[in-house]
Amino acid sequence: MTTSSRSSKGRLARLMMKMPLMLTCREVEAFLIDYLEGTLPRAQRAVFDLHLRMCRECRDYLAAYRKSVELGRAAFARPEDPVGPEVPEDLVKAILDARSREG
Amino acid sequence: MQEGTTQRAAADALGDSALAEAIGRGDGAAYEALVRRHGGAMLAVARRLLRDEDEARDCLQEAFLQAWTKIDTFEGRSALGTWLHRIVVNAALMRLRKRKRRAEESIDALLPEFDADGCRIEPAWQMDEPADSLVQRAQVRELVLQSIDRLPDDYRTVLILRDIEGYDTAEVAQMTGDSQGAIKTRLHRARAALKKLLEPIYGGELT
Repeated sequence: MTTSSRSSKGRLARLMMKMPLMLTCREVEAFLIDYLEGTLPRAQRAVFDLHLRMCRECRDYLAAYRKSVELGRAAFARPEDPVGPEVPEDLVKAILDARSREG
Repeated sequence: MQEGTTQRAAADALGDSALAEAIGRGDGAAYEALVRRHGGAMLAVARRLLRDEDEARDCLQEAFLQAWTKIDTFEGRSALGTWLHRIVVNAALMRLRKRKRRAEESIDALLPEFDADGCRIEPAWQMDEPADSLVQRAQVRELVLQSIDRLPDDYRTVLILRDIEGYDTAEVAQMTGDSQGAIKTRLHRARAALKKLLEPIYGGELT
């Protein structure tokens, strides 16, 4: 999405992003999933890493993106009950009855 | 009654392969042991995907019935719980496909923003606290669960299968019938949208 707002990135950083072999933040976004899954070729990965070193916005974005994945896992995890909730007894009975009808 | 209790106790003590073999021989006590051993975790999976208690219960019945009739396809290469998990996921996905789509908000407004130069518009975040610690706060955990719930079904399903249930891209593609490229794109957009919805946490608004 393009907005009328402007990134807080400084002028020098903007110019550097436009140099040959550099990626824009928008291009980083397009390759982010491949970067995270480790499927980017080595040369592209190096270019990606270079962008991240220079770009505070993409570093913060990536950190929040990763944290969101971790929060999703953590919110569903039940360390106090690793096998999950008990099955209600009426549901156990319904499952067993369905099997009996099946034969 | 005594005999039934003894049979169930014996079935409870069986390992995966022996339990599967006993179910294959039509042993009802072994089947009950399977339901009781894995039912809770499988119900949780169905609830996560379907978000509807009645549908989750129906899905579980369906899945266990399939497990009973298809037990001969369990080859012991994975744990019985893993095999069962896949059956439950497939049954839930089938239900999601048949379900009338609820009114969903577009995900587009939740995707990253860039300016005219292609530079990202992103505030600086403070995120030192680990996720495990953050979700100890009820309002953080609630926001995370509600935010995942707000995602359109196609995106939420892929996010849950990949990031929560732990399937890889190829497995999710096989289960949903989509290409791996489509799954990766959807996963990325779902994570990006989730990140946007969780920004109050990163901005320190839920301390």
